[in-house]
Amino acid sequence: MHNLAFDIAHLLAGGLVLISFMMLYQDRLYALLNIFALHAVVLAASVAWQAFIQNAPHLYVTAAIALVFKAIVIPVALHRIIKQLGIHRDIETAVSIGPTMLAGMGLVALSMVLMLRVTGAADPLAREDLAFALSVVLLGLLVMVTRRNAVSQVVGFMSLENGLVLAATGAKGMPLVVEISVAFSILIAFIVIGVFLFRIRERFDTVDVGALDEFRGERR
Amino acid sequence: MIPAVAQQIWCVAALLGTTALAIASSRSRRSTALVYGATFAISLVALAGALFSLIARTGATELTLPIGLPWLGSHFRLDALAAFFLVVVNLGAAAASLYGLGYGSHESMPQRILPFFPAFLAGMNLVVLADDAFTYLLCWEFMSLASWALVMAHHREPDNARAGYVYLVMASFGTLALLLAFGLLSGAGGGYGFAAIRSAQHTPSEAALVLALMLLGAGSKAGLVPLHVWLPLAHPAAPSHVSALMSGVMTKVAIYGFIRVVFDLLGPPSWSAGVVVLILGGATAVIGILYALMENDLKRLLAYSTIENIGVIFTSLGLALAFQANGFGLAAALAFTASLFHVLNHSFFKSLLFFGAGAVLTSTGERDMEKLGGLIHRMPLTSFVFLVGCVAISALPPFNGFVSEWLIFQAVLQSPDLPQWVLKIMVPAVGALLALAAALAAACFVKAFGITFLGRARSPAAEAAGEVDRYSLAAMFSLAALCFLAGILPGLVIDALSPVAQAVIGHRMPVQANDAWLSIVPIEESRSSYNGLLVFAFITAAASLAVYFIHRFASRAIRRGPAWGCGFADPTPAAQYSGASFVQPIRRVFGTLVFQAREHVDMPAPGDLRPARFKVDMHDLVWERLYTPLTEAVWFLADRLNQLQFLTIRRYLSLVFATLVTLLLVLAIWS
Amino acid sequence: MVVISDIFVQLGQMALVLLLAPLLTGVVRKIKARLLRRRGPSIFQPYRDLLRLLRKEVVLAENASWLFRVTPYVTFAAIWVAAALVPTFASGLEFNWSADLIAIVALLGSARFFLALAGMDVGTSFGGIGSSREVMIAALAEPAMLLMVFCVALIAGSTQLSTVATFMASSEVGLRVSLGMAMIALIMVALAENARIPVDNPATHLELTMVHEAMILEYSGRHLAMIEFGAFLKLLLYVSLIICVFFPWQITTEGAGPLSYLVSVAAYIFKLAVASLLLAVFETATAKMRVFRVPEFLGAALMLGLLGTLLRFVSRGF
Repeated sequence: MHNLAFDIAHLLAGGLVLISFMMLYQDRLYALLNIFALHAVVLAASVAWQAFIQNAPHLYVTAAIALVFKAIVIPVALHRIIKQLGIHRDIETAVSIGPTMLAGMGLVALSMVLMLRVTGAADPLAREDLAFALSVVLLGLLVMVTRRNAVSQVVGFMSLENGLVLAATGAKGMPLVVEISVAFSILIAFIVIGVFLFRIRERFDTVDVGALDEFRGERR
Repeated sequence: MIPAVAQQIWCVAALLGTTALAIASSRSRRSTALVYGATFAISLVALAGALFSLIARTGATELTLPIGLPWLGSHFRLDALAAFFLVVVNLGAAAASLYGLGYGSHESMPQRILPFFPAFLAGMNLVVLADDAFTYLLCWEFMSLASWALVMAHHREPDNARAGYVYLVMASFGTLALLLAFGLLSGAGGGYGFAAIRSAQHTPSEAALVLALMLLGAGSKAGLVPLHVWLPLAHPAAPSHVSALMSGVMTKVAIYGFIRVVFDLLGPPSWSAGVVVLILGGATAVIGILYALMENDLKRLLAYSTIENIGVIFTSLGLALAFQANGFGLAAALAFTASLFHVLNHSFFKSLLFFGAGAVLTSTGERDMEKLGGLIHRMPLTSFVFLVGCVAISALPPFNGFVSEWLIFQAVLQSPDLPQWVLKIMVPAVGALLALAAALAAACFVKAFGITFLGRARSPAAEAAGEVDRYSLAAMFSLAALCFLAGILPGLVIDALSPVAQAVIGHRMPVQANDAWLSIVPIEESRSSYNGLLVFAFITAAASLAVYFIHRFASRAIRRGPAWGCGFADPTPAAQYSGASFVQPIRRVFGTLVFQAREHVDMPAPGDLRPARFKVDMHDLVWERLYTPLTEAVWFLADRLNQLQFLTIRRYLSLVFATLVTLLLVLAIWS
Repeated sequence: MVVISDIFVQLGQMALVLLLAPLLTGVVRKIKARLLRRRGPSIFQPYRDLLRLLRKEVVLAENASWLFRVTPYVTFAAIWVAAALVPTFASGLEFNWSADLIAIVALLGSARFFLALAGMDVGTSFGGIGSSREVMIAALAEPAMLLMVFCVALIAGSTQLSTVATFMASSEVGLRVSLGMAMIALIMVALAENARIPVDNPATHLELTMVHEAMILEYSGRHLAMIEFGAFLKLLLYVSLIICVFFPWQITTEGAGPLSYLVSVAAYIFKLAVASLLLAVFETATAKMRVFRVPEFLGAALMLGLLGTLLRFVSRGF
């Protein structure tokens, strides 16, 4: 039983890393949003599974928050934003996909080496959870760095936050209050970014953040 | 009976005698046959001696000659490692001499080659035999200079002078690094003998510095990226049999130097040494083969492919270091044997391929693949052996290249036992690089063979080609046979290599001769095994079965007609796929990153009568980012120093005075 | 005695793959046709095609060399040997030991090497374009495949297919994310190597879009039959490989009775049927991608293989 529990937790966390890679690979906006929703669903499943094996009911709340907000509300909202703003549906990548994926592999390897070396004595489940979580966080950052489009940067940011949640649940530490406040701050961040998106769009007729640089006169 | 090492020294003396003979007989018309005949015979004797002492495990023999430094003499030693590399050197030398018997007769200025050829062979033999730092460096420099003279043989051809210049600079730089490395090794006490160095204790920082210096010194001679720049210039510039020796053999002598110092003299390695060597090796393999793919000059393509193979060998040596540092003797022996096996294989097929390129060169006068094509009809035998070489170097079964790659992959799969996380994760990643390099190598040699030998002739010269002489063919066929034999009977080679691994690593791979059906089993049968003989037999049987049944029961009719080509008959051979267009997809995938390749298409508007133009910009980043700034810095400094030539006498005197005072000050402060 | 019966089973396996290969292709084509609401040719049509081609005379281009005539047999033999070395219904056979998974990959590489050369032999542009694209695809597919092999071999502790199959069938494997990734990588490579949609379209006749078909454009008669047969075998090989590594249930090991062989053969055929259904559905549901999207597709397979290998280090037991 214990082996199976471990395997499933491992499978879900590994799936999260894989989906982060799919985000890196994707170059269409709608598909990116769908993958992000999938990311959130897998996160919810992973958290719920942790709740089950750790007998920690408050984690179910976390799972529910992840499912409702990140898998449903935010993707739907983003879909509508894209439609309303008539954003160009191809993502312009700053770095092409091949090198991005290579960089992603490097980041995963880095987080494995770091986490497995540092947490030598910890419980294996927490260990691998932390390693996976760090990878997801780094990959989320990578998505933000390599994309020019503001919407995909939002998605990268959200997936980064998913990684944090994964780390928190694996480490059996984060109290519910903190979790809820994190969830709300994410929501507020989302709203801020949404408003921001509207503003950029109004002013520059695009959501390519490169336009901001141009506006500041940094690029010719 | 004279000891084995003395026998080898006599052979070297005979080679030097041949040099004298070549100088003496330079006016004679028979000198070509005389010199190559002599080197062929001497190499065969040396080969037999080395092979005997490798297989019969005669143990190490030593010899001291009273030449060189007066208090030191010159030490020579023949142990298993040296014997193996002597086999590689003399086998390549024998093949090159045999080839030279035919190829050399086309030479316009034989007196520029003949004296240096035996000297070059002698130099390589001596480096392997040397047993003290002084002799080693002297012989190394002798080898470099002899090969430099051979590179400059055709010094009037446009690029050769530059090739020779770059080679000379890099060779001096490499020797400087080696000099420093040996200086560190022998320490303040000045124990220049290898035995003394071996028994001395080396601190970790010293060992790390020596490793770095060896990577610079031996690595520059072997062609590690980014020290490889001279290699694709110099190797092709020499006459083809010398190119074969430089690529197939001299790079191996450099690897010998690396193994001798890092594995033998330096004592137990640290695992981080393995990491460095692994990274360098993997990067060299991939970058080398990508350069080779982009190349359209046949001999330069082969030279770049040498860089790839050196990368493979270094990767495997890095694995051996990593395993050795952690005390995994068996795995280290496996990786080490795999690298030696690849050394042997590469000397076979790279010599063979350079011979083939030389045959094409004599027969058509062209090295540019874009002007060749269709040679399979006009040079059937050469094209057959060249094909064998291509299959072997592309690591395809049942030939030898595959066996050594397979062994390296088996060594890679031993990596999870390693305790260091960095190694655990890095070794499979380097394995991925090797796999990528192997696949790209196959693509590269499809291009090399396909563009040169297949299709239709792209120039009148290729149209008029003919088969080469019998000596050249004999040399190529014997090497092709060796490629094949080592591929189907790898167990014998592994067993022959085991004393080397035993001597250097302290462990050996399991005895292969007892395995059923002549399989090879690196660790145990349930893990992995491979049987080249059976695979070959199966393929032959399956193919003959298919041929028999089809010709017996189905149709055997053949009609010759014009090519179909979807009804679109190409009017000229120039419309065929060329070398550059063949690699266009790969260039698009990898080139934008590695070469910063950019394509420019200039398509005139309809009605405009200009021709459309297509241009590709490629950058050699190693030259642009590393060597150009370096040379600029050197120029800048030289310019500054140049001013020293135009001072007044008073200034010169004050310079001398200042130096004197400074030295005195240093002395005062230090003591 | 055991050796002799083993040899018989081995020969049986060689014959079985030879017999089943065209059928698999036929079934896939039939299901695809039905999914498109066409009737489609009979599932035995590939056999008829082969026989028809075998009886026809060969029309050889004027400047085709000996290499062009030898290649069909060499590629066919190499693929057949590789296919015969993959355990289909029985593992641990006498000759399974002669080549492991890496050698099988390399054997397929040999077949492709010769085919790519043959594409350049006649010297037409189409042959060149096909060969050039084929080697580009191979240059990425082969490392992806080898990484998948690494991943599986590191988990099973062996590159020997029989050992891998036995290990995978045992209960200690469990769910592993690295294995899942390896499987997806293998499927992606299999699609590319067999010139299936989305990488290449086996049924296309638009010259500029095809890869494999362009390479073999000059072939006719029995030569073409051999190459087609090789392609059928290759598809069967990859499907068998996926089955053998990831779904090795009901594979007979050494020394079992004849009845268990029958059960395994039935199980094998059932698994093949399921695989052909899935393949047909997938191919119908996807569109072919541009040639220069293919490197990204295969690059993703490569990354999956590497990721699987990396993630393996955090799974159970380490």
